[in-house]
Amino acid sequence: MNALHERLVAQLGEAAMQLEDLRPADVPLLLVPREQFNEAARTMKYQEARLVAEWASDETLLAGGYGIYACFSKGSDFLVVKCVAPEDDPAFPTITRKYAAAYRFERQMHSLMGVTPLGSPDLRPWIKFEDWPEDAWPLRKTFDSRTRMPRVPGDYRWIRAEGEGVYEIPVGPVHAGIIEPGHFRFQAMGEEILNLEERLGYVHKGIEKRFEALSWEDGARLAGRVSGDTTVAHSCCYCQAVESMAECTPPERALWLRAIMLERERIANHLGDIGAICNDVAFAFLFFQCNILKEQIVRTNFQLFQQRFLKDKIVPGGVTVDLSDEGIDCMLRELEEFSKKFEQLIVIYDNNASLEDRVRETGIFSMEKAKDLGTVGIVARASGLDLDIRLQRPAAPYDIIVPRVSVQQAGDVNARVWVRIDEIRESVRLLREMLYNLPTGEICAEFIPPLSQASGLAFVEGWRGEIMYWVQAGKAGEVNRCMVRDPSSLNWLGLEQSIHGNIVPDFPVCNKSFNQSYSGNDL
Amino acid sequence: MLRILHQIFRTGVVTEPLPAEVEQEIAEIGARLEDRIRKKFHRSLTIREVDAGSCNGCELEIHAMNNAFYNCERFGIHFTASPRFADMLLVTGPVSVNMEIALKRTYAATPNPKIVVAVGDCACDGGIFGESYASLGRISNVIPVDAHIPGCPPSPVSLLQGIFRAIAQ
Ligand code: SF4
Repeated sequence: MNALHERLVAQLGEAAMQLEDLRPADVPLLLVPREQFNEAARTMKYQEARLVAEWASDETLLAGGYGIYACFSKGSDFLVVKCVAPEDDPAFPTITRKYAAAYRFERQMHSLMGVTPLGSPDLRPWIKFEDWPEDAWPLRKTFDSRTRMPRVPGDYRWIRAEGEGVYEIPVGPVHAGIIEPGHFRFQAMGEEILNLEERLGYVHKGIEKRFEALSWEDGARLAGRVSGDTTVAHSCCYCQAVESMAECTPPERALWLRAIMLERERIANHLGDIGAICNDVAFAFLFFQCNILKEQIVRTNFQLFQQRFLKDKIVPGGVTVDLSDEGIDCMLRELEEFSKKFEQLIVIYDNNASLEDRVRETGIFSMEKAKDLGTVGIVARASGLDLDIRLQRPAAPYDIIVPRVSVQQAGDVNARVWVRIDEIRESVRLLREMLYNLPTGEICAEFIPPLSQASGLAFVEGWRGEIMYWVQAGKAGEVNRCMVRDPSSLNWLGLEQSIHGNIVPDFPVCNKSFNQSYSGNDL
Repeated sequence: MLRILHQIFRTGVVTEPLPAEVEQEIAEIGARLEDRIRKKFHRSLTIREVDAGSCNGCELEIHAMNNAFYNCERFGIHFTASPRFADMLLVTGPVSVNMEIALKRTYAATPNPKIVVAVGDCACDGGIFGESYASLGRISNVIPVDAHIPGCPPSPVSLLQGIFRAIAQ
């Protein structure tokens, strides 16, 4: 029994019932009476646990009603708390007053599943737009995914700041550069930003609903398209979830190959980000150089795995592509070359005073705020939080080849750059170790779809941070629900908080230093 | 500063010659196009990229067209922030219901004659997302499309070829 579990059982006594159908078995699932759902959250808050995710599942075709779930974690302990909202009264007590990050999760549950968080301070739609009919709840079983959404009149209520000299700047959804769509609204006074409110959901494609219509195998392809820049980590996380519920263990070599792909994805994206941040502070030289290195990495991917971004290489049961001995040598040589060039660029970054001036003390995101908002990944580590799922729940090969996690205290743009720099170096080291010690054997095990009503949970440390999938099988062994939580769902909240008091022209670089996914958030 | 100069010197020209069969294709189309670009686009083709609901994978490759390996500027391809200056729209993704209006507005704001190119499998046929309550599927379901570049995502080379083909039509 882990500490969170123990504490909750002590608090709620007999009322908390342990359910057995969640895999992996070391994450307990506790069913609590609906009225005590927020008390459970309060207990978790006292334990200083973070909120990992909150979601709903339509279980009317299973045990009945709507399952309301919240996942909490502290250190290596994870716990899922569930309550049931009956069909004729689809409501539950909000946990937003305990956990600020819950407010978007709950708005989303309310918008897409039609379950109401009672007592929530904010019930504006999220992801769903105001021009959708209010009673269109796409995640409900009774909702046909092919329904054409009629547009209805409606207004979105923005948070307003008023006063003399306060003006508003709306930006988006289509932005200036080649980036994803989203809407930002700033309230500013002179040059200074008083408030930023994000409005996301523009690229909502109905991904979670789509999973329910696909086979277990095709689900891995869809997961690889949740956020294209994170195709490896998402497909890996989905596969881990369905493998654990199907009790399928991929061969050791497959797990190592997955980790090799994950680290390569991390390096490529971090390079792109460092380049983009430098570009935003008018240092185009490093932008071009970083992108040359990034292109070389994806070219080696193509040469060794026949796919530039390693898309569709991870499937339930293992991987579809092996690495030959020559391939290993080739990658080792590549890393050698890469490290040399990368270190030269870092010397330049480190010695550039004009650059430093723009990135230091810009967009400070404090550790307290990061904790409060449940921030994960690079952003959390740049604000002093020691969070990395590769350490907290080490899966092979990270149990043997242990990453050294880089934590910075400053919480500014510069800190977020340095976390990336350190992580690139560390990924190179991990890759070398993995290549030297790669176990021999098969690369894929037979995958037999999970039994009906099983559910599986998985976490993967993608390059942005911790990704979580929760998958539930239906009566006929189909996918009843697949909940996806990209780090962006949590970290977009952090961007809003890091910008207060900064000047408007610093927003782009701040945003780049977070670089959250729109697609991964909007689903 | 000296370090930067040193690095520039060492890196030299990274723009690679494209693979032989590609180079040849581009040379062929290129010759036919030069005249057209001069008359129609004043020597430079200005592109506005629109993400109408993509997973952001296609954007990675559109970005890559600008890196030193492909350096699409040497072919006269420029990206612009405003649709009002664009000759061409490169549109990615299935069109999400929530982007439909913004896509139509961007289309309307682009001056005629305009060329619309659907980039990626999703833009061409809806891809894995298909048509649903949230996705309107292929771009041509929403605005007129002149050319298609399939792939998930299409590589920078396919993108360059596709763009050249689109203006050669
Ligand atoms: S074609 Fe592929 S890469 Fe492009 S948006 Fe669709 S899924 Fe993403």
